[in-house]
Amino acid sequence: MENTIEDKQRKYMNPYLAGFLLGLTIIFAFYFTGRGLGASGAVKSAVVATVDAVAHDHAMDSDYYAPYASKEESPLRAWLVFEVLGVMIGALISGILAGRLKLKIEHSPKITSKTRLLMATLGGILFGVGSQLGRGCTSGAALSGMATLSTAGFLSMIGIFGTGYVFAYFFRKFWI
Amino acid sequence: MGPLIPNEIIDINWNFLIALIVGIGFGFILESAGFSSSRKLAGVFYGYDFVVLRVFFTAAVTAAIGLYYFSYFEWIDLSMIYINPLYLKSNLIGGAIMGLGFIIGGFCPGTGVCAAMIGKIDAMVFLGGIFIGIFIFGETYEFLWQEIHMDTFMGTPLVFDSLGISSALFILGLTAAALIAFFITAKIVKKVKPVDY
Repeated sequence: MENTIEDKQRKYMNPYLAGFLLGLTIIFAFYFTGRGLGASGAVKSAVVATVDAVAHDHAMDSDYYAPYASKEESPLRAWLVFEVLGVMIGALISGILAGRLKLKIEHSPKITSKTRLLMATLGGILFGVGSQLGRGCTSGAALSGMATLSTAGFLSMIGIFGTGYVFAYFFRKFWI
Repeated sequence: MGPLIPNEIIDINWNFLIALIVGIGFGFILESAGFSSSRKLAGVFYGYDFVVLRVFFTAAVTAAIGLYYFSYFEWIDLSMIYINPLYLKSNLIGGAIMGLGFIIGGFCPGTGVCAAMIGKIDAMVFLGGIFIGIFIFGETYEFLWQEIHMDTFMGTPLVFDSLGISSALFILGLTAAALIAFFITAKIVKKVKPVDY
């Protein structure tokens, strides 16, 4: 058993090397563009673009959508949309090189695939709401925010991971 | 001096291409480090795998040290980079909602994208969930969230100013905290029952 776990681990990049390279990526992003990484912002652009396409007047009426929907350009012409397209390409390349491309539902043996999918959907919904209220997710608010030493970045990190630890006990059977 | 695009040293038309390149690096690193597995990510909350803490903390410390050295050598004007605005209430409450989403869903948006790309179906529905969540937020913004979203705005403070210490001392402390955390979590992971995933 221990051997299989170690074999699997060996296929992954050393976490400190990965962290160092990720740090360099963040420096590169700030040095060139003055901004850091992100992820939820791209989904937000997709939501705004969809609402705008289906019900333009409704989007223009909303304090939340209007600042993005009112522009001449599509909300999808956004920095984070292109960055997340890059994330997709990068992850796909890594997955191909490591031989990890496989359709599957990953879950603890203690729960069914159906439960896992329900939980994943619910977790996604919460992340969607939380990222909008908190002005960014783990990448944009916490990681990039910490890199620039912003107080907001550290508070986001504490909010996300602190709450994770508080609730970890109640959701343990989903993971271990 | 950087940042190159805001300073008009590189034309703005390069912005989206650079975004794509940054994203490719980000996605490649996350997937390579194992962030496309929700059970590996969740390990940080149960002590059987601390890859999240190791990668995340190393990246933040590397980037902070790098950016402040760049500033010291006058390669970058830190007053021109994006600093996350501090809205105390929405920062913390938004963070708490995301934390709950993390422990229930097993991904965050960036890792969810990576996992979906290598075929994790649970990650694909997670991303669908984010879309729904943002839509719900947008539709209920004015009567549920707007007040708290805009409340307690405190500018764009930096953490060492908030603590009343120098940037150098803070970065030194952060680096030390990271090293201590790496050491302690390496001990914890040996004591915790291994999880096969």
